[in-house]
Amino acid sequence: MPTVDLRKAAAIVGIHEHITRYAPDKSELQIQGESVIKALDDAGLGKDDVDGLLTAGNIRNSGLNLADYLNMYPKMVDNTTVGGGSFEFHLSHALNAIAAGRINCAVITYSSLARSGGISVGTGGVARFGHAKLDPSPDSFEELYGLTTVGLYAMIAQRHMHLYGTTSEQLAEVAVAIRQHASMNPEALFRDPITVQDVVNSRVISTPLHLPDCCVITDGGGAVVVASPEVARNCKHNPVWVLGAGEAVAHQGAGKRDLQFIAAKQSHEPAFAMAGVTHADIDMAMIYDSFTITVLETLEDLGFCKKGEGGDFVSGGRLQIGGELPINTDGGGLSSNHPGMRGIFLLLESTRQLRHQFEGTARQVQNCDVALCHGTGGALGSRHSGGTVILGRN
Amino acid sequence: MSEWNKPLPTISGETKPFWDACRRGNLIIQKCDRCQEYQFYPRGICANCWCQDIRWVTATGKGTVWTFTVTRQNRTLGFEDELPYVLALVELDEGVKMFTNIVECDPNEVKIGMPVEVTFVQANQQITIPYFKPAG
Repeated sequence: MPTVDLRKAAAIVGIHEHITRYAPDKSELQIQGESVIKALDDAGLGKDDVDGLLTAGNIRNSGLNLADYLNMYPKMVDNTTVGGGSFEFHLSHALNAIAAGRINCAVITYSSLARSGGISVGTGGVARFGHAKLDPSPDSFEELYGLTTVGLYAMIAQRHMHLYGTTSEQLAEVAVAIRQHASMNPEALFRDPITVQDVVNSRVISTPLHLPDCCVITDGGGAVVVASPEVARNCKHNPVWVLGAGEAVAHQGAGKRDLQFIAAKQSHEPAFAMAGVTHADIDMAMIYDSFTITVLETLEDLGFCKKGEGGDFVSGGRLQIGGELPINTDGGGLSSNHPGMRGIFLLLESTRQLRHQFEGTARQVQNCDVALCHGTGGALGSRHSGGTVILGRN
Repeated sequence: MSEWNKPLPTISGETKPFWDACRRGNLIIQKCDRCQEYQFYPRGICANCWCQDIRWVTATGKGTVWTFTVTRQNRTLGFEDELPYVLALVELDEGVKMFTNIVECDPNEVKIGMPVEVTFVQANQQITIPYFKPAG
């Protein structure tokens, strides 16, 4: 057992989503900077209150360059970059640092110009930028064969169908539910409702995944302010407590792991144990939706249904607002935005829902007290990370 | 030989025996002398027990398709003009999985569980790359 009770040791007190989906006139640092300032304003805090800075990406938007750009001198810098779910790891790390008393307030931030940069995030491998010299391993045993991100998820979808009889129509149910939510988000990239037939009749990108099974590519960014209970008490909004967190990675296991089981299987147990809640307590979830199969596999391995039953679980409106487990109520990566790494938006939307920010509108999940976020980074078929966090209303 | 326009492996000390064997038409993998586990991709340590008592063994070169996808979109040089192609994970008889392409067959014929065997394509004077084709 942990020696420190981390439940409610930190809270999300400020958020900001940079709503741009296309920003060729801005730099990534500028989007991060604007997001940090506005998230702190949302919290009622300022530059001098922040002593931790967490971000993901390469050197261009690393914590070092960002501290320089913002002219900050944080006591803690965390540049954990484990793919799209990095920000769930960041929240876990900020929680640790705050609980240990090393910092009082941290900002997690991200931005990307994936769309205006013309980056084929899903349909080019490492070699998409030209044939750069490959690392001796693992790239030299993989990239020779034309791996794409979508292909690495499609392979897991293909095997799921083979083992469990999952259908393209069931995968499409995920896209349909999330598009329905996007229709309520004025900032979402795609807002016109779609049907299961629309999805299965559309172009195949990598069998068995169709175009609407794949996330959009946008620019964008955001920031999340995390603070100690003492700081949180004096912020503008009611705190959204971090109840639990868990981190994991999954990979080929030297050629032997069954990657049909993803990192969520490992990361959710410590998160639920720390939070002291059960699946029945989760009122809504933000599930990283790089692809429809990501959602289906994640829900299974988080334990919301048995392995192999994800196809049935995602069908029949269960994932829509008003259903048993509403997910991705902002329209997700499949319809709203996906700027390279989407994990920060899971934290933003679950905070909005836990604040009851949409009260009186169809977008609000009723009686929303506990939310789960699960970020997946990397690729299901090769290696990936999984970060689970559970958040609770005051 | 036409010029190879796909990525080429970078060869290091720990992986050189593998690529040397491919050039001679052999598929070799590693086995730990201590814990007896096979591993892939090759590395300088046993990924299971972390000892260094690993040796190279000739694989049967036979296995089955663990999973695959028929890639219909990839704008990368070398792959765009080969669409649609089959990206696969093959599970060797020794129990380790390898990324590969399934070649010498109609992409629509590939199925999970299909028996396959290794085949080699020479990329240039120094490098030969293993692929898999339906078992004959």
